[in-house]
Amino acid sequence: MDFEIIRSYVPLFAKAFILTVKIGWAGILLSVLIGIICGFILYFKIPGLSLLVRCYVELFRNTPLLVQLFFLYYGLPSVGLSISAQICGVLGLGLLGGSYMTESFRSGLSAVPVIQTESGFALGMTKPQLFWHIILPQAVSVSVPAVLANMIFLLKETSVFSAISLMDLMFTAKDLIGLYYNTTESLFLLVCFYAVMLLPVSLLGSVIEKKLHYV
Amino acid sequence: MGFEVLWKGKNLIRLLGGLGVAMKISLISVVISLTLGILLGMLMTLKQPLANAFMRVYLEFIRIMPQMVLLFLVFFGVTKISGWNLSSEASSIIVFSLWGTAEMADLVRGCFFSIPAIQYESSKALGLNRLQTYVYVIIPQIARRLVPLSINLITRMIKTTSLVMMIGIVEVLKTGQQIIEANRKTSPNAAFGVFAAIFILYFLACYPIGRLAGYLEKRWEN
Repeated sequence: MDFEIIRSYVPLFAKAFILTVKIGWAGILLSVLIGIICGFILYFKIPGLSLLVRCYVELFRNTPLLVQLFFLYYGLPSVGLSISAQICGVLGLGLLGGSYMTESFRSGLSAVPVIQTESGFALGMTKPQLFWHIILPQAVSVSVPAVLANMIFLLKETSVFSAISLMDLMFTAKDLIGLYYNTTESLFLLVCFYAVMLLPVSLLGSVIEKKLHYV
Repeated sequence: MGFEVLWKGKNLIRLLGGLGVAMKISLISVVISLTLGILLGMLMTLKQPLANAFMRVYLEFIRIMPQMVLLFLVFFGVTKISGWNLSSEASSIIVFSLWGTAEMADLVRGCFFSIPAIQYESSKALGLNRLQTYVYVIIPQIARRLVPLSINLITRMIKTTSLVMMIGIVEVLKTGQQIIEANRKTSPNAAFGVFAAIFILYFLACYPIGRLAGYLEKRWEN
């Protein structure tokens, strides 16, 4: 292991790290948005849309992100729908994550016991009041651990972005290994940067989970 | 739309063959992972401090790193350090087994500790000895929780094996690319049809297994 080489590689990895984190968190934001909307659609059993959402969830939960990205990035342009690699990454991650988040939010909402609704009505609350003040806070606290687990899962999934020629951490590592054969140093930096990206979220997850247990 | 490429010559058969390559790798890894995972999970329930510390480090490292990074570490790193010429198939089986074993061991540990103490106490009160307690009371309950979870793990492993194309294994995505290249002149929009077909193939492979897990989970609830 040569620290001189490592020092010279750090800026390259840092650039890739920023890109990976940016696309990763943009995708996660999109997935939370999709998850909230679709979770509500499933919870309120909106006719028509419910079926559509269920099909979407099953389709994206049962296919790998790599296959979804290939379809979005290489498949769609051949029928005239061209999307840039970055948007493709965000969209792919958002759609994959959205299907997982939908499940988490839906199960959070349906975990609130019926007696809560009944008690709310007995107290004379209106439907919107009941939803905002009684159901939603409880549902959110139930779904937080699952949502955090999904976030870690999605951040890990960013490692396939190099397949659609995004210059992410994997791409940089592979490139440097191919160019200079400094395999040990490149792999060391790869592991370090992924640890920096994932450890804080993982730690936050375990702290929040412990907190929620005692509430 | 490019679907006609699939019916030309042996293209669909080739695509299925590519899926077969990925499935073979996942199947071998699943068998290794389930066996080793159960053993290591049981080891973790023994509360041996040294074994537990080792397992914690192993589990945390494997689970925090993306599988793609692990693939690179084994495929490039092991070759560099030890000089062995690991084939890409061998590296991917090693990586998916290491990962699957970690996940499975954690599932086994979780299921084991989810059995309430009253089950052991009641067994004792009924006069069962240790072996009888495990065989008749504890293991059946663990198995009911573990089976749906491990079936879910299998679908996750099948999905993850799609990564092997990134270290040069010719599986379904790579085969798809070859078919698209070969038919570029005659059907320029083959990419849509081929990748849509792969999308559907993966769905057809994973959906039934996931449904089975969901069904068993519902059926064995309490």
